[in-house]
Amino acid sequence: MAKVVLKLGDDISTDIIYPGRYMATVLPSETPQYAFADLPEFNSKLKSGQIPAGSVIVAGKNFGCGSSREQAASCLKGYDLIVVAKNFARIFMQNAINLGLRLVVCPEIEAEEGDELEILPDKIINKTSGKEFKVEALPKARQAIIDAGGLIAYTRQRLLARAGSRKKA
Amino acid sequence: MAMTMVEKILARATGQKAVKAGDVVEPKVSLAMSHENAALVINQFLEIYKDTGLKPKVWDPDKIAIILDHRVPAESAKTATNQKKIREFVAAQKIKKFHDIRGDEGGICHQILPENGYVLPGTVVVGTDSHTTSHGALGAFSFGIGATEMASVWALGRVLNVEVPKTIKVVAKGKFGRYVLPKDFILYLIGKISAEGANFKVLEYHGPTIQKMPTSGRLTVANMSVEAGATSGIFPPDEETLRYLREEAKVKGPIDIFGPDPEAEYDQVIEINVSELEPMVACPHTVDNVKPVSQVGRVKVDQIVIGSCTNGRLDDLAVAARLLKGKKIARGTRMLVFPASFRIYQQALQLGYLADLVKAGAVVMNPGCGCCLGVHEGALGDGEVALSTTNRNFKGRMGNPKAEVYLCSPAVAAASALTGYITDPRKGGK
Repeated sequence: MAKVVLKLGDDISTDIIYPGRYMATVLPSETPQYAFADLPEFNSKLKSGQIPAGSVIVAGKNFGCGSSREQAASCLKGYDLIVVAKNFARIFMQNAINLGLRLVVCPEIEAEEGDELEILPDKIINKTSGKEFKVEALPKARQAIIDAGGLIAYTRQRLLARAGSRKKA
Repeated sequence: MAMTMVEKILARATGQKAVKAGDVVEPKVSLAMSHENAALVINQFLEIYKDTGLKPKVWDPDKIAIILDHRVPAESAKTATNQKKIREFVAAQKIKKFHDIRGDEGGICHQILPENGYVLPGTVVVGTDSHTTSHGALGAFSFGIGATEMASVWALGRVLNVEVPKTIKVVAKGKFGRYVLPKDFILYLIGKISAEGANFKVLEYHGPTIQKMPTSGRLTVANMSVEAGATSGIFPPDEETLRYLREEAKVKGPIDIFGPDPEAEYDQVIEINVSELEPMVACPHTVDNVKPVSQVGRVKVDQIVIGSCTNGRLDDLAVAARLLKGKKIARGTRMLVFPASFRIYQQALQLGYLADLVKAGAVVMNPGCGCCLGVHEGALGDGEVALSTTNRNFKGRMGNPKAEVYLCSPAVAAASALTGYITDPRKGGK
């Protein structure tokens, strides 16, 4: 069971998720402190450890639109949050998959802060409201990266395979 | 099989006869661009090689471009240290397409790439910046990726697991009216299809108006295609592309010109008659909140910004200089100008544009991203309003979530500088 800890609307940009003024901070180990820095109440809950891993952010359409900054994905991954949205902007979705941040595409999702969700591969059950919502699969092109545990591991596999085949030749 | 522009480019980049939307491919990359976020790319690149026994070496140093532009000169010790790390990596890996903080060759990545002839039609270009869509203006399939994805490209020379996107065909006809510019066309399109209207798709631009549009205008339109969610905005290359590449970018080598097949299958076709457009304004806090300037009402402006990768080119500065020459910017309104590159800065200097702007009261800054993303300079105060020729107006964008940003063309920005209010250049300017 996963609890909704933040509910957001449509077109949540990476400037909201990770404000540009913190972009000089790049390392995934250092970015979580600035997650939603312009929502100070939520940011301080995250930093003080009040939000357990596996908690859910629910958003509307086009979550993560705007800049390609990977900090927007790494700062949320740092708290092991799950983002459920009606749909996602392309670059944010790829960054999230590359870093292993869990995204769920759920076009009809209805949930409020405090609701308990059961997230299954094909649907989300909102235990608080009793309603069910269909989940859409992530783009098939990304599955190999998810299976490998992220793009760093996947690229490493590919690099080693290539080096190995060169050696044999 | 008939193919769209992106399908043709991806077929070539994967050595196949044909690909179609939905196929998963691993295209070879012709150019991989980063800016200050190369600091993160370097970190992720070294992480890939960790414990492999392999020496971290980029696949092809001649196909990597790094341009320092987001915070130049550095605003903090942290940024300066990141920039130093990038210089060290560039030297160690022998990367030559490196543009440091210099008055002879520096500038914003999305101007440096085209003006130096780094981008060729029909190629695949990736960049760790969402506005990498800009280079579709020259007929490339050019799209933004994250830093880890770039690290993977640096290692392998390919983008892994790319789904061939569907394409929306945009056909533009008619003649732009007085003080109606390519910026107004793209703002209108984004307003029409919404900020997610082209998500995961390519916008391919056609029609008589596009054929007459100079490369500078095409760069503006391609740049902002991402604000409709598009993976890329592509202009099939033509005579104008060739002229720009040969005369302005000084490309000497072969240039391959090809367009989509006439029978190619499009997701949808959108027709726009630009004769009917008036100057447009994107109101806070989303880029698709677009209104004709006549319907914006009386909005007082504290800061006007002209420049950026969207509208910092010579013709943009020319329009502004023409409107401001011999006049004064309204008291209570400040104006910042960011040319897109030092080449443009020098041209504008020689042509007298910068003098006209400064005498009117504008502050001309060094080329770079400046205040656009709120990380460096030109931040807004609480409750202040900016009118800007940049590409984003998200809450917090210019460094302050308690401020508002409106987006417009250089003509609207300059006319508004004279009055201190958002102003229609057809009425306020001469």
